Amino acid sequence: MSETAERAPEEEVAALPPTPGLGGGFWGGVKRVGAVLAQQREATVFVVAVLLVIYFWRTAPSFLTKDNIVNVSQITAPVAIIAIGEVFLLVCGEIDLSVGFIFAFSPFLMHYLIDYYGVPAVLAVIISLLMGVAAGFINGFITVALRVPSFIATLGTGFILFGLMLTTSNAYPANIPNKAQGIGHWIGTYAWAEITWAIVLVLIFQVVLSRTRWGLHTVAVGGNILGASEAGINVARIKYAAFIMTGFMGALVGLQEAFRTNSIDPSSGGYQPMFYAIAAAVIGGTALAGGSGTVIGAFLGSFVLAALTDGFNLIGISANPEPIIFGGAILIAMIANVQLARLRRAGRMT
Amino acid sequence: MTAPEPDGQPQAGGQSPADGQSPADGQSPADGQSAAGSADAMAAEGALLRVEHVAKRFGAVTALSDINLHVNRGEVLGLLGDNGAGKSTLLKILCGFQPPDTGRILLDGQEVHLKSVDHARSLGIDVVYQDLALIDELTVYHNMFLKREKVIWPLLNNRAMRKIARERLDAIGIGLKSVDVPVARLSGGQRQAIAVARAVYSDAKVLLLDEPLAAMGAKEAALILDLIRDLKERGDLSIIIVAHNYGQAIEICDRINLLQHGEITFNKMSKDTSVQELNDIVIEEYRRALLERQKSA
Repeated sequence: MSETAERAPEEEVAALPPTPGLGGGFWGGVKRVGAVLAQQREATVFVVAVLLVIYFWRTAPSFLTKDNIVNVSQITAPVAIIAIGEVFLLVCGEIDLSVGFIFAFSPFLMHYLIDYYGVPAVLAVIISLLMGVAAGFINGFITVALRVPSFIATLGTGFILFGLMLTTSNAYPANIPNKAQGIGHWIGTYAWAEITWAIVLVLIFQVVLSRTRWGLHTVAVGGNILGASEAGINVARIKYAAFIMTGFMGALVGLQEAFRTNSIDPSSGGYQPMFYAIAAAVIGGTALAGGSGTVIGAFLGSFVLAALTDGFNLIGISANPEPIIFGGAILIAMIANVQLARLRRAGRMT
Repeated sequence: MTAPEPDGQPQAGGQSPADGQSPADGQSPADGQSAAGSADAMAAEGALLRVEHVAKRFGAVTALSDINLHVNRGEVLGLLGDNGAGKSTLLKILCGFQPPDTGRILLDGQEVHLKSVDHARSLGIDVVYQDLALIDELTVYHNMFLKREKVIWPLLNNRAMRKIARERLDAIGIGLKSVDVPVARLSGGQRQAIAVARAVYSDAKVLLLDEPLAAMGAKEAALILDLIRDLKERGDLSIIIVAHNYGQAIEICDRINLLQHGEITFNKMSKDTSVQELNDIVIEEYRRALLERQKSA
């Protein structure tokens, strides 16, 4: 499903044209289904995900055991949740490099509030999430109001947050406050908590992106910012919303990971989850140039990255070549996206 | 159709209002004008949209120095001028995209302060830009309803928008196979027609078209000219068309205004002017500019 070029899939399949060259019979049908799949931005990554599952299941049967599925889900979820925000930002033509540092700072803030200031756990969690919202707002302000490119703006705020976290924590890890253990179960401690959050948020924001005015205007801003502005869309509001949402997601994932690992670690977060989230978005069909993207695609992209990480581990491949595979996957995905988008624009994939 | 008021020849020959000729709108009829000029001023009094002494500067550059014009109900006004004359700036002021520095705008006799494109649209002034303001990635129907989407809260009512877009495009004779395709796949003429259709069906009273025929082939231009003719026949929509092609403007518009160096310097009914006359005015301006350059050198 794509938020752009709104399609009614059921109608399209029903009215599938007898495309010249596709022919009839079984293979014609297969080709037509292939053509429809190729039109869906998520189709490529979905096929890749299925092939990976089959490959790792065949080569390492433990890949599909319950424990390993939990493991894969816990790698997928944080990347997928951050990717939701990055998809909105990329679609409207921006990016957030600071989200990994919001991730790192939010559990420390919760710890300070509870252990040093006696703030109730629920309130401390809410304030930590609001810190993410505030960081997102500041990123939006610097980008929209002060007109600093978001790449630079968020690079700067990311470093500031990183420095704040290191300075206040003296770069030492901290324990999860006892008072927060209860709420922590629902946020990230339970085995399926993170992936449940991820799936619910992905579904909600896929609908937001593809079926609401907010989503439509986000695509419009990324597709043609002048045109969107001339049509009366409040471009600034759309961008602020995307930055704020990304900040919130970063803070949420920071808390989830802290509860899951039962530790507040200054080395968690940073650039890695942010880059993985952007990679997941791009692999899932989001255009870096803006104007198109899907949240479900980003979720599938997160799963592909998680399956690669986990699968290589299971079949005994060293972690060292992983970045080569990731880099190759991103490049292949981008090349495929660009070429498929070109064909779609030219109307050769109807 | 236009009420062919005796618009007269208030400003023939590209002379400025300071030349003692009857001015464009917004000036008192008691300035010693001709009877035709007075009639024009009276028509301006009853105009649907009236612009008085509007000026706009961008830093050291004066885009508009003193604009006075009007458009009557159901009239098609052609706004001509050279590149950089200020036509697009004037349109952006009239559609609420940017405010004027000075001057005032009256709609139905009431002064309005256009705060945004949305605000102007809510008052019945809509615009189709030269750059179309269409979003390539969105479908035809999403583009047609952009910023005024049909919603069953909180979701878009795509079914309704698809149906209405289909009906509207059929009604104005734009034959598209599907409204589900992204506009990137359409021709320039089809895109322009969709942009016009979007504005027409926004309950607009005044429609501003910024160079609707720019960069179009004859076939595509014919599609848009036919569409404008149909709108003229409806008689309830006032249209201001910014154009470069004098022949097309005279053919489709009821009245022609010429914008030169930030002022309206020419105001005639189309039937009373010709491409030759407009060309002569512009050539005269070039000659004058050339002389000034030679003198200063």
